[in-house]
Amino acid sequence: MAGRGRAAGGPPSRARLVLLGPGLSYLAVLLLLPLALLIGYTAFRRGRFGGIAYEDGSTGENFARLTDPLYAGVLTDSLRIAAVTTLLALLLGYPTAYAISRLPGRWRTVALVLVVLPFWTNFLIRTYAWIVLLSSRGVVNSALTGIGVIDRPLKLLYTEPAVVLGLLYAYLPLMVLPLYSAIERVDPRLLEASADLGARPARTLWSVTLPHTLPGVLTGCVFVFVPSLGNFVVPELLGGGHTVMVGNLIRDQFLTARDWPFGSVLALALMAFLVLLLMAQAWAGRRLGGR
Amino acid sequence: MRRATFLPLWLTYAFLYTPVVVLVVMSFNRSDSPYEWSGFSTAWYGTLAGDDEVLRGLVNTLIVAAGATALSTVLGTLLAVGLARHASRSRLLPALSVVPAVLPDIVLAIGLLAFYSLVSATLGLHSVLLAHTVFGLAFVTAVVRTRIAHVDPSLEEASRDLGAGEVTTFLRITLPTLAPGIVAGALLTFTLSLDEFVIAFFTAGPKDPTLPIVIYSMIRFGVTPEINALATLLLAVSFTVVIAAQRVSRLTEAL
Repeated sequence: MAGRGRAAGGPPSRARLVLLGPGLSYLAVLLLLPLALLIGYTAFRRGRFGGIAYEDGSTGENFARLTDPLYAGVLTDSLRIAAVTTLLALLLGYPTAYAISRLPGRWRTVALVLVVLPFWTNFLIRTYAWIVLLSSRGVVNSALTGIGVIDRPLKLLYTEPAVVLGLLYAYLPLMVLPLYSAIERVDPRLLEASADLGARPARTLWSVTLPHTLPGVLTGCVFVFVPSLGNFVVPELLGGGHTVMVGNLIRDQFLTARDWPFGSVLALALMAFLVLLLMAQAWAGRRLGGR
Repeated sequence: MRRATFLPLWLTYAFLYTPVVVLVVMSFNRSDSPYEWSGFSTAWYGTLAGDDEVLRGLVNTLIVAAGATALSTVLGTLLAVGLARHASRSRLLPALSVVPAVLPDIVLAIGLLAFYSLVSATLGLHSVLLAHTVFGLAFVTAVVRTRIAHVDPSLEEASRDLGAGEVTTFLRITLPTLAPGIVAGALLTFTLSLDEFVIAFFTAGPKDPTLPIVIYSMIRFGVTPEINALATLLLAVSFTVVIAAQRVSRLTEAL
């Protein structure tokens, strides 16, 4: 990049304005301003006719509602569901990524493409497929009653496990990809050294590969946890209204209850949590010696 | 040991492809129920072809995706070059440019809804298009910036030394060298926009839903096997595109 910083800090040249101006203005108007609006809304309360109204002390009241057991319960449920999803994705994703890294070179790309392929299909369709599988007259129940394992259909759909399953299905590839690239980057000489010193493959995996891929594990966990936490489609379609996550709550505050100030508080709480998470990840990544 | 190594891979494939296979099989079901099999039929594809709601949704989606891609590609390419040349010491501006890609979609969606409401904008295809450009811009900028990092800056310097002006250098040297990144960013934006639901759900007007919004209401209100047929077609299209893209990228790598 040497020689490119020529104009940095210098007077605003025309080229600089033409290149940076449009994109940054766009982001200022359609990203920063909307986010600032959400922060601003927290100072208001719901107006009598749907809009917003100003009243002293609304901010405190809005934020205090986060501790209301009803809403606090939704927040902790969301965290639990996203955490369980992430853990399951790690437990399934790590051995999968490891297996791909053991494949002969030309098969690795094929194996990876096969993992990512369903990911490029409409998210709603992928979620809907689980309704077809899990519903009381669905494929799984028909198969089980057909072979006589059960007499009456099991309640599989509209449960929390169904929500976890749907999220796992949606985001598993986001776990496998960073794990695969982390495992692939482990210096093969370390693995040889471990084998030469008499370690069996399982021991090498546990004592060499796993510790060296912890930054990849963290990245994968963040990639799955973040979209799982704010998702409202999967809880709605597979949880059937019984499982409410913070995304559902935000959607309802904006579209049904028309309480935009409280909806903004929830959205900011979600963002604040994610920022803390990303900071923790960056800190842990540095400590683990990752990039 | 070897068999145990590959067992999780097969497990993952079974998990990923069972729902896909079930949808495809069920799309050829004669029954009115999306779940119970009662014989082979292609009737639901016929129903789908005559469904104006779906066709309109598809057209709306294509309009939004094409518009958002065009806008994102122009803005994102300029921004990426600008960041490399004029903000190489700034850490804030590059960070700002990736925010839309990492922000939870629902936060961006309600923020934009609040903004449109503040400026009393009517909601319609244009509001979805502008909303999709926010994240498209972030992806194009990111991909083009990666490309810039791999391009030799002396090419542009040579061009200027030989007397070409800023604009000529940009059009004849900068753009062609960045072309692979620009095309990749544009394709990524187009694909993501086609599939995007949450932001469209909040920023679309009631009169012009995009295809994902149509699919959402089909799932919520009245599931018929027609949606299995639609799902199968979408699966076929995206599988073909991904595999073709894979082939092309391997081809360009080989060259």
